[in-house]
Amino acid sequence: MSPPLHGVVVCHGEVAGSLIGAAEEISGIRGALTPVSNAGCDRGQLEARIVAALAERPAVVFVDMPSGSCLFAAMRRVSAMPDAAVVTGVNLAMLLDFLFHRDLAAPEAAARAVETATRAIGVRP
Amino acid sequence: MSIVAARVDDRLVHGQVVIGWGRPLQIGRIVLVDSEVAASPFEQDLYRMAVPAGIEIEFLSGHGAGHRVSELADSTERVLVLTGTVAGMIGLARETPATIRSINLGGIHDGPARREYLRYVYLTDAELTELRALAATGVHITAQDVPTASPVALEVLAA
Repeated sequence: MSPPLHGVVVCHGEVAGSLIGAAEEISGIRGALTPVSNAGCDRGQLEARIVAALAERPAVVFVDMPSGSCLFAAMRRVSAMPDAAVVTGVNLAMLLDFLFHRDLAAPEAAARAVETATRAIGVRP
Repeated sequence: MSIVAARVDDRLVHGQVVIGWGRPLQIGRIVLVDSEVAASPFEQDLYRMAVPAGIEIEFLSGHGAGHRVSELADSTERVLVLTGTVAGMIGLARETPATIRSINLGGIHDGPARREYLRYVYLTDAELTELRALAATGVHITAQDVPTASPVALEVLAA
């Protein structure tokens, strides 16, 4: 049986740490998500942070923006990994869904997280 | 002159460049001078994703980039020239002395032998010496990460 997926959250500034803190507080599941910030680093250093956070585990990498330094660094590192996937537009609903479905393969967990995140966005009456 | 900015940024094409500078300067074309990216279709696809509709992007290797940049300087497009390294921009400025008249140090992060001058500008002694030499030829060099920040002149930065 494969180990459960790990989640790596790559964001601008302090966003990743805050999102993970909230997700852990709501779910009670700790240690399944690792934050990576792009603060104060160049492209190579950001990629090194992502590699360290992945730690050669099967993973889904959650990125804040659909382009930019965080996504580019993640894509460079994950594109050649068959047991990893990259998702953009990370939000709290997405992370919570992921935490409870880490037994899926990375592409399925990523697709599921996107569906959940999309459903969470809307104008409410 | 249509080269509206020449920026050194080790993150290359990212939000500060495309949104922060691209919108107020009404950039129509980004010219990324980086030999590694110029040789990699995968990298180019990534950077194309970052560029919104209405902005063209082209990729040049360091060798021979000056000719194309000079050509663009005579066009009607508003062009932002971008390099990932100080050395790359200095080389380009020396190759096109009539075209690159000002340089924006936008994002040069910490690394071996680098010293902090601003939160987003770390330079080696050799880079600083080269920048000073270029400034002495009349090229205006400032550090400024986003347009809403105040530019810091090289001579103030490294006083």
